[in-house]
Amino acid sequence: MIEFGQAFAAAFHLIASLDAGLVEIVALSLRISLSAVALAALVGLPLGAAVALYRFPGRLAVAALLNAFMGLPPVVVGLIVYLLLSRSGPLGVLGLLFTPGAMIVAQWLLVTPIVAALALQTVADLHTEYDEQLRSLGATPGRALWTLLWDGRLSLVTAVLAGFGRASAEVGAVMIVGGNINHVTRVMTTAIALETSKGDLALALGLGLILICLALAINFTAMAVRDLARVRHA
Amino acid sequence: MVTRLSALVLALSLLAGGLEARAAEEKTERFITVASTTSTENSGLFDHLLPLFTTASGIAVRVVAVGTGQAIALARNGDADLLFVHHKPSEEAFVADGFGVERFDVMYNDFVLVGPSGDPAGAGGLAEAPAALARIAAAEALFASRGDDSGTHKTELGLWRAAGVDAAAASGTWYRETGSGMGATLNAASAMDAYALTDRATWLKFANKGDLEVLVEGDRRLFNQYGIILVSAAKHPHVKSADGEAFIEWLISPAGQAAIAAYRIEGAPAFFANARMAGG
Amino acid sequence: MPDSILPLSLESVTYEARGQRLIDRLSLVFGAGPRSVVLGPNGAGKSLLLRLCHGLLRPTSGRVAWACPGAGAARHQAMAFQRPVLLRRSALANVAYPLALRGVARRRRKELALAALERAGLAELAQRPARVLSGGEQQRLALARAWVQAPQVLFLDEPTANLDPGATRRIEALIDGFHQNGTKIVMTTHDLGQARRLADEVLFLHRGRLVEHAAAGTFFDRPQSREAAAFLNGDLLW
Repeated sequence: MIEFGQAFAAAFHLIASLDAGLVEIVALSLRISLSAVALAALVGLPLGAAVALYRFPGRLAVAALLNAFMGLPPVVVGLIVYLLLSRSGPLGVLGLLFTPGAMIVAQWLLVTPIVAALALQTVADLHTEYDEQLRSLGATPGRALWTLLWDGRLSLVTAVLAGFGRASAEVGAVMIVGGNINHVTRVMTTAIALETSKGDLALALGLGLILICLALAINFTAMAVRDLARVRHA
Repeated sequence: MVTRLSALVLALSLLAGGLEARAAEEKTERFITVASTTSTENSGLFDHLLPLFTTASGIAVRVVAVGTGQAIALARNGDADLLFVHHKPSEEAFVADGFGVERFDVMYNDFVLVGPSGDPAGAGGLAEAPAALARIAAAEALFASRGDDSGTHKTELGLWRAAGVDAAAASGTWYRETGSGMGATLNAASAMDAYALTDRATWLKFANKGDLEVLVEGDRRLFNQYGIILVSAAKHPHVKSADGEAFIEWLISPAGQAAIAAYRIEGAPAFFANARMAGG
Repeated sequence: MPDSILPLSLESVTYEARGQRLIDRLSLVFGAGPRSVVLGPNGAGKSLLLRLCHGLLRPTSGRVAWACPGAGAARHQAMAFQRPVLLRRSALANVAYPLALRGVARRRRKELALAALERAGLAELAQRPARVLSGGEQQRLALARAWVQAPQVLFLDEPTANLDPGATRRIEALIDGFHQNGTKIVMTTHDLGQARRLADEVLFLHRGRLVEHAAAGTFFDRPQSREAAAFLNGDLLW
């Protein structure tokens, strides 16, 4: 129990002194996770909506896969991405391994299914409500896709937040493909793992508290924006 | 509509910023990648040593610290320019298989056997490590092994063999294989009040010792030699051979060796520099 | 001036779902001009008939034939539902939406949409989120949206079923506006008073069949069929 008190002290000290190492790690963590989530939204939102709206052979299988991949183990994704990006692997020439780019790729793979599966659900529900009226107005399925995505934006914010939560919390994928290199690919979660392995549990927990606070801050902000919008639009 | 546009703009600028930053750092920084071990990283040696090299040469050193087995795998795949681990047989095999150019001794330290201060197995103070392990096995006292094919693990297995004990057969009972790095294994040992074999540098730096203390040290068998190898450009043409060689030369030069010797943990030297310059 | 898509003729149209025949060999012709009101007890198939005509459903057999061949007829029709379906955007944006679908330029869209809102008496609510409007306002908004589509045919499925008399009156006035402008009105209702007010011709459905098709005056004063007579009398039909 001593650890918790020391952890709060460690966290407070790091934040109050704006420790350069902490700032660097936090900035990199945000950059990687936010980039991965932005890219995942770019791909996942239209993908989920398309699977909800278009009829094609294997549609149910795709929907099931998206749902299943929401639970992809990060360490497995990390291993697969490592094998792809290794110099001995098919994409080795890109030289992406042990760079933030590889970490973004790995997290993108983890987050896209979450965003897509939740977008699928949201758009499918909206489709039930809107389909007849949109067809009456003359909307093609392609046009309806973007209309429904925009109309469902409140629920989709939750989906994107869920994706961000997954990305910022995982350590397995970024550890393998990033290598936890000091000043280059060390993020909050890998730093916590490192300090734990050094036995510095108080510092590790302190970093953990900071990570949780960051995630909470981002979530609260997004939810406030969403709730404001909800009051406006019902 | 306006919010939709601004959300899109935000997403794109994040993306652009991410890519831009990556491009910037890739272009401006000259670096080599070293596959090394968690024990070396956890000792803090790299934080002390590498900036000295970078200042002298202008080359940054990026260390990927994993278990010895994984480090060797990375080097074999060409994902690192240099291999810097501490298990000579594996290193010599690496060179013999053509993946490494040449192996150089850099430094050594030693392993120590740590355990609960109460020493239930009566292993403490013995001059011979295998004898201590035999006592632990006889008492069926808890022992935390790395179990991860690392240099430390291989040394530990060698000691069990010398003691005539088949520890693997007891896996899951008093012999606990964590399959993890040195730090995680020490955390487990600390929590379980178990014995463990650890390198001295990691032990000195470890912040969660609990009730554990050094019980056996000084046996020649506990000698822990570190070696560095440049990955062969014949196998992996993209390897940064020139900069990699520069690092090796510095490490085994008087300047590098002095830097290693100067690194202390709690006042004691963590490593002993023992490179031999080419030609004597 | 686009060609007229009317008359619309249904040739022996049948619609089946879940093993039940819901529309049974229905043949009729809708011509331009008279306001057509479809009457009948619940479950008679009134809503289904509208959806088949508008193209939201495909008949199991038979033909729905507009005077204009191919898919061209769809552009000149609009429909309002019992519960107005509005997007999560402002009232103005909702009215402008069908124009955006047709590729109308932004400024022109806004002009046309504002004009339609004015007509419907909703101009002050232009920037309000559509979904916070009252039921009556939402239905007027749906009709404003139909107005900008300049439809030749306007389908209305029980448009005032959920509205109070005041709101109903305003809706009926808007419907009359469409009629005066030359749009063919095809409407369902269960409110006989409304039917008497608005209908020029009546189509009476019972169990998916067209039982009677007559001018409004004839239908209300001298119904030809037993079922229609019973319905007008207030009896339950089964």
